[in-house]
Amino acid sequence: MARTEGKTSKTGKLLEIHNLRIEATVYPPGGDPENVVIVDDVSLTLEPGKVLGLIGESGAGKSTVGLSSMGYGRGGVRITGGKVILNGRDILKDRPGLRKLRGNEVCYVAQSAAAAFNPAHRLMRQVVEASVKHGVCSRAEAERRAVALFRELSLPDPEHIGERFPHQVSGGQLQRVMTAMALCSQPDLIVFDEPTTALDVTTQIDVLAAIKKAIRDTGVAALYITHDLAVVAQVSDDIMVLRHGKKVEYGATQQIIGEPKEEYTRALVSVHHIAHEEKKPAPQPLLLVKNVTASYGGGTVKVLKNVSVDINAGQTLAVVGESGSGKSTLARAITGLLPPSEGSISFEGRTLPPRLAGRSKEDLRQLQMIYQMADVAMNPRQTVGTIIGRPLQFYFGMRGRERKERVLELLDKIEMGKGFLDRYPAELSGGQKQRVCIARSLAAKPKLIICDEVTSALDPLVANGILKLLLELQKEENVAYLFITHDLATVKSIADSIAVMYRGEVVRYGPKSEVLKPPFDAYTDLLLSSVPQMQVGWLEKAISGRRMEAAGN
Amino acid sequence: MSAASESRSFRFPRIPISAWIGLIVSGLFLFAAIFAPWVAPFGNAQIVGDVWEPISGAHWLGTDNLGRDLLSRMIFGARTTITIAAAATVLSFGLGSVLGFTAAVIGGWFDQLLSRGVDLLMSIPTLIFALVVLSVLPGTMLILILVMGILDATRVYRLARAVAVDINVMDFVEAAKLRGEGRIWVIFREILPNALSPLVAELGLRFIFAVLFLSALSFLGLGVQPPAADWGAMVKENKEGIVFGIPAALIPAAAISILAISVNLVADWVLNRTSDLKGGRGNG
Amino acid sequence: MGSPVLKLVAQRVALGVLLLFAVSVLIFAGTQILPGDVAQSILGQAATPQALANLRAQLGLNDPAYVRYFRWLAGLLHGDLGHALSNGQDIATSVGDRLKNTLFLAFWAAIVAVPLAITLGLIAVRHKDGFIDKLISATTLATISLPEFFIGYVLIYYVAVYLQWFPSVSTVYDGMSFADRMRAIALPATTLTLVVLAHMMRMTRAAILNVMQSAYIETAELKGLSPFEIIRRHAFPNAIAPIVNVVMLNLAYLVVGVVVVEVIFVYPGMGQYLVDHVAKRDIPVVQACGIIFAAVYICLNIIADIASILSNPRLRHPK
Repeated sequence: MARTEGKTSKTGKLLEIHNLRIEATVYPPGGDPENVVIVDDVSLTLEPGKVLGLIGESGAGKSTVGLSSMGYGRGGVRITGGKVILNGRDILKDRPGLRKLRGNEVCYVAQSAAAAFNPAHRLMRQVVEASVKHGVCSRAEAERRAVALFRELSLPDPEHIGERFPHQVSGGQLQRVMTAMALCSQPDLIVFDEPTTALDVTTQIDVLAAIKKAIRDTGVAALYITHDLAVVAQVSDDIMVLRHGKKVEYGATQQIIGEPKEEYTRALVSVHHIAHEEKKPAPQPLLLVKNVTASYGGGTVKVLKNVSVDINAGQTLAVVGESGSGKSTLARAITGLLPPSEGSISFEGRTLPPRLAGRSKEDLRQLQMIYQMADVAMNPRQTVGTIIGRPLQFYFGMRGRERKERVLELLDKIEMGKGFLDRYPAELSGGQKQRVCIARSLAAKPKLIICDEVTSALDPLVANGILKLLLELQKEENVAYLFITHDLATVKSIADSIAVMYRGEVVRYGPKSEVLKPPFDAYTDLLLSSVPQMQVGWLEKAISGRRMEAAGN
Repeated sequence: MSAASESRSFRFPRIPISAWIGLIVSGLFLFAAIFAPWVAPFGNAQIVGDVWEPISGAHWLGTDNLGRDLLSRMIFGARTTITIAAAATVLSFGLGSVLGFTAAVIGGWFDQLLSRGVDLLMSIPTLIFALVVLSVLPGTMLILILVMGILDATRVYRLARAVAVDINVMDFVEAAKLRGEGRIWVIFREILPNALSPLVAELGLRFIFAVLFLSALSFLGLGVQPPAADWGAMVKENKEGIVFGIPAALIPAAAISILAISVNLVADWVLNRTSDLKGGRGNG
Repeated sequence: MGSPVLKLVAQRVALGVLLLFAVSVLIFAGTQILPGDVAQSILGQAATPQALANLRAQLGLNDPAYVRYFRWLAGLLHGDLGHALSNGQDIATSVGDRLKNTLFLAFWAAIVAVPLAITLGLIAVRHKDGFIDKLISATTLATISLPEFFIGYVLIYYVAVYLQWFPSVSTVYDGMSFADRMRAIALPATTLTLVVLAHMMRMTRAAILNVMQSAYIETAELKGLSPFEIIRRHAFPNAIAPIVNVVMLNLAYLVVGVVVVEVIFVYPGMGQYLVDHVAKRDIPVVQACGIIFAAVYICLNIIADIASILSNPRLRHPK
């Protein structure tokens, strides 16, 4: 289908990037404008029909490299050095020609299709817009092709889905429509910019499979940008690892995930391996959640249905589920922020008052919470010292030197020095912020900490560090965790027992070894089989062995 | 980013040239207002020459419609204008922000009652409502301050409530509530420090509004009553001269404009400085 | 058009009617906080008790406040605005002509200001952070700070007195030719335009920038569309609601600005009429003018809200 013949360069390469350098001017508040280098000396080549994965953590410059193939700089970044050769032409030398290339030779699939579609127009109009604009074909022909692509990408009702508006279509479907939009004008190259990151795992696998099939069937080449090595391993022929705008390692997919040469790549590949031995259940649980039902809006929307779980002292219960499963609501019910309409919650043998206001200071101290977004979980106007010191003062009446010494002790526990005492949250990195939040909860000397998606906003290596720290602290302090997450890989590495939630109900619950042992129920099977594995060919196996349609659709 | 380490060392905040101009000019006006009796060459109501004398060495800005020294009257007028506007601003701010914060934190019927009341007050143009009220009340200084302060408090209330509602749903406030902190701590230690910057910038804008509003009322003859005069009333006194080519009315009008522009420049700078900082030091 | 939209619009209109009633109560109450009473202020301190009592009975002042309110409201709904205390004239008749004059002035000011503000806003966005944008921003920041009478008298001083292009006093009368009428309102309309232009332009700029920074504009750019196509097909359909909103809010502002401008140019409109009678403490006229101004203001705000409801595709095409 792709019109690669006659357009490729003599070398047979579709895209060549040589020594790319990209800079931007940043305006730090109150200071002088500064020039920062975002991408430095990156080179790559791509043959027609091949897929190159660009991988790195946030700020690695991977999207910037990807967009440079369209001669586009987001938010005022400038390409200041190097060459981008597409189909034998140096596209940076021909600025006016860029408009003919975009949407025609190279197309783009954004991370958030929901934002990337114009809310005012129907999908079909947007899908065929580039084809019609560039004269690839007539509108009628383009619409026929779009319908064929909708079918190819297994969208429901391919004949009529184009008549809908973006807000009438689910996130996973919208992502596939966007892929169809990119394929519609039969480009030579598609830039996929984290196309599945915003989706739930069970939806991600379907979209990933659809994208892979479409790439194979149309013979289009692709740059696939992601932070998830396991995802990129499924679709790409080659992988380039980027860090701080520089190339770390570049090679065939098999080599990168099988025999990584660089230390950083090795760390990325082995990121999910944390040794953790499952503890035996104790006879007397610390926290007992019994038949809890809770709802928002005065009982109209039931978000928790008859949930029963328990947590043993010094152990970790992982609550796993996708968005809308009610896992965060469970945390709100336990903390008293959302009093359950039925059922009870008991702690150390006594029943907790359902409402936050009814609980004693001692109850509150025993049960602490850590949030997903560390930067909004701390008051930006308080220093680290104040943030960690407040619970010490509040619960134990510590003041002055005693308090400061204890704060330093806690800082030491979270592997941060006393230099951080006077820092404000805005002056910390993402991982450091989360560590301070951990220290704040530890300061209360609790028996249980609720961890709500504490690692999902972090880059994999940083997240790994946080998980190791949590495990270590559990050993030292004998604190129990209620670990809420959507990420099964995390669960495997730290949980002692697991509760799988689906639409407000616990569908599977027990010690880790039992929950992860077949036979599975349909949903757990779907969830487990949807977690990308770091091996080539996993995707095909997973798709063929599935018994249940994705939960999101 | 390197900004983190840089901001740790203390630096004098960089003030752009426009903000400097604003600060200096506003300071000058304030100085004139405070020290009016010592700065002004003549008395406020003292008749010193002919009607509408042109600018001369003896009368730097000429004389007004009754032959009073215009410069002296301008200086005393600064006192009246700034005093009333500042008092109205303080009133609107105190009232608006306290009620706004309380409504945001308490919520429920209290919030509903106040917010709907404010909606109602704001559905009548401020000037029209002030005119309605002033049609029955005497134009004394106290009444002016009360009317302006209360009407303008509605805007401060909306801003304060919106800011506080935004902060109130943040995780750090929830964390404080989960810790068991009381309402006083939540309002004063968690919410207030984070709401201060937008409110400080708003303070300048509300002051400008008060100056313009007072001037309009006085110009319409419903504000400050003679023989006392603010700048708006002085425009009214001298407006008949305009058609004869006597620009005396333009001088107080220009003074109002310059004061408003200067404060605007400062407020604009404060607003820009605070809107792009999430927190931390240097912008208390 | 789906029913949720109709429902929302109906709700908004109903809310507006409710608001108008509440406002009428507020305006009526606002004129009742006088320490003395109307009869006293008409007849003055020297009036005999007998004369006061007679007048009170004549004006119905002996009835409780709510009875007087409903009497007034019933009159309003029948188009009877009562009689002026100062000269006994029928208010509705006096208001009629003046309202026409005011709307004439506001209309022409809006005709100039709206397209100008939108064009300037577009230019500022097109050259964002460039010299033109900064110049426009600085100028508008200054203009916002200028009181109406400063702009008005500067225009009179230079354009009317010095250059003698236009009359300094805007006299209009029945039977005036359209050209003469336009000449008379040239300066007040210019003043009004300048007063609202800055606000409207700043808000337009912010509204368009907000749209231009959306991800779908980047999508359009990456489809290779020209800047013109991006604005016409992708930015405009989404920017129209916020712009209509901006325009309506500023027209509401313009209606208020009219009061001061009419006094500056001695223009026989509603504003002048209101201010004169506030000074005379002629309460029936103040109440009538107050409710008319508030009604216009509330209507414009309702139109702004309805425009944003109608242009929201989520509401027009529900799931």
